[in-house]
Amino acid sequence: MLADRQKVLVISLLIISFLLYSFSIYLNPPEKKEPVTLLSTKGKLVWQQYNCVACHQVYGLGGYLGPDLTNVYSHKGAAYIKVFLANGTATMPNFHLSDEDIAALTAYLQQIDASGSADPRSYTIQPDGTIQQ
Amino acid sequence: MAPFNNKRPDVPKLFSLAALLLLVTGMVWGVTGGLQYLMPGFLKPFLSFEKVRPLHVSSVVFWIILGAMGAVLTYLQQHTGKKIASTKLLKAQFFLFVITVLVILISYFAGIFGGREYWEFHPLLSLPIAIGWILFLINFLRSLGGLKNQPVYVWMWLTGIVFFLFTFLESYLWVLPYFRDHVVKDMTIQWKSYGSMVGSWNMLLYGSSIFLMDKINNHKKYSYSKIAFVLYFTGLFNLMFNWGHHIYTLPTHPHIKHISYAVSMTELFILGRIIYSWRATLTEARKNFYIISYRFLAAADLWIFLTLVLAIAMSVPAINVYTHGTHITVAHTMGATIGINSFILLAISFDLLNDTCQSFEPFKKLFSRGYWLANVSLLVFWLSLIGAGVLKARWQMSQQQEVFQDMMRQLRPFFALFLISGTTLLCGIVMIVYPLLRNQWVCYFKNNSKKTARNVYSNTPGERISAAVLFAINE
Repeated sequence: MLADRQKVLVISLLIISFLLYSFSIYLNPPEKKEPVTLLSTKGKLVWQQYNCVACHQVYGLGGYLGPDLTNVYSHKGAAYIKVFLANGTATMPNFHLSDEDIAALTAYLQQIDASGSADPRSYTIQPDGTIQQ
Repeated sequence: MAPFNNKRPDVPKLFSLAALLLLVTGMVWGVTGGLQYLMPGFLKPFLSFEKVRPLHVSSVVFWIILGAMGAVLTYLQQHTGKKIASTKLLKAQFFLFVITVLVILISYFAGIFGGREYWEFHPLLSLPIAIGWILFLINFLRSLGGLKNQPVYVWMWLTGIVFFLFTFLESYLWVLPYFRDHVVKDMTIQWKSYGSMVGSWNMLLYGSSIFLMDKINNHKKYSYSKIAFVLYFTGLFNLMFNWGHHIYTLPTHPHIKHISYAVSMTELFILGRIIYSWRATLTEARKNFYIISYRFLAAADLWIFLTLVLAIAMSVPAINVYTHGTHITVAHTMGATIGINSFILLAISFDLLNDTCQSFEPFKKLFSRGYWLANVSLLVFWLSLIGAGVLKARWQMSQQQEVFQDMMRQLRPFFALFLISGTTLLCGIVMIVYPLLRNQWVCYFKNNSKKTARNVYSNTPGERISAAVLFAINE
């Protein structure tokens, strides 16, 4: 049986490490800078307001009914995105978005696209099992 | 089985009852979502997928949360031999949660969102949840007394409650533009909080299942043992640092991924321990299989093994590249939430809700069929998701990638299989849950009608529900 003092010691060390780790992540942004604009920050809120993540993924995180949209901006272009947003598809409803919301969502997708690639074919697998992007 | 009595459900039991209702409704939404996979456009004008998915996810997430709270609050009283310190706080906590969950589900119907994946509701609705959780923490600490010479499950409950609060608040850091504006930073913190949050409610559930095992075995040898604490600290270490495996493909700091990869591999120790004690587990299962609660714990044991193997494999970045973003991830989530969390909660529900005025004997056959139907269906469900995931992984890595919709068409046989097995899983769960809810309902109104007949003429269903709420407030 472990003594109470040993348990408190282990848990204190774990909590201190966890807090230090957490704050180091809060305070240090990832290295690559993204082009953040007023419109793209509004686009993020529109994305959440219509719950786009229920069907779509960003970096493979999100729903499975629609395609991953991380790099849709560079692959398909703004005009293509706007057509989908304005009309919907057989599966995706037409949300009757305003022109401003469509522009904001497109800007947000442009910001996501500039942050990196979500195509797993472009990653290199290292001998130790890690991957390099 | 405990002797039958006429006890009315106390507040912790009301948590468990509300949780069971959420489980059944959540599964109905799951089947509806499955239909939408097979029939694109099904219910689109009224209830499209972006509404159905959060209805399903929030219902089952709150099944786990409310069920875990009911379990901890009941077992804490049995552990200390005393009542919960403040009944007022307990009732406030219950009503805060139940009303908020109802408002959340109604808001989804109305298409009001504003949150993020898994917490899609408007961020304002996170406030009553956080307040309710703080009341839970206060009541827990006041009822517990101290940590001196406590078994492992008490430590697990305490860390589970504290870390859930921390990670829940952390998951709302996005409301501050400093965190929200940068996509990669925001997603890093989002998945940091989610990964640890799941670990937190697992602490509450695993702690409760250890308490239940002690109760079935009638001794506390394991929960004071060194190995129990070593496994607990390993779990806590993983809760804190292994969440990075969710974001191996996100261009965030490489050290986050390396730390997660290394920490996740310590789960091999837990896997090794399961394999080492396999024979003892089997012997114990044969001995206790007649106990309903034990049956679910035995099923959860098997699912822990399957899910852990999959989780460890997915924690290797070189394997994760293939599985990430595919239905293999969904298979892992379903194995964990249904096979482990839900089966543990059903074991606990049968322990908490068996002291009713009516016998479960007439439902023995129904329960047994439901149990096997649920387990076999879950296995087929899990395998169909893995099958769909393998095909999607092949598509993701193929050099001549066909269009997304063509790939989805190829997955349709697997979607059909997961819809059928999801439906039979729902039937199995209903067959299991029905006796629990029915006996509570019948016994409660049998008792309450005597009490309320003098004051409330409660013959219509609406009046009966009002009487139930009044009773819960007065209890």
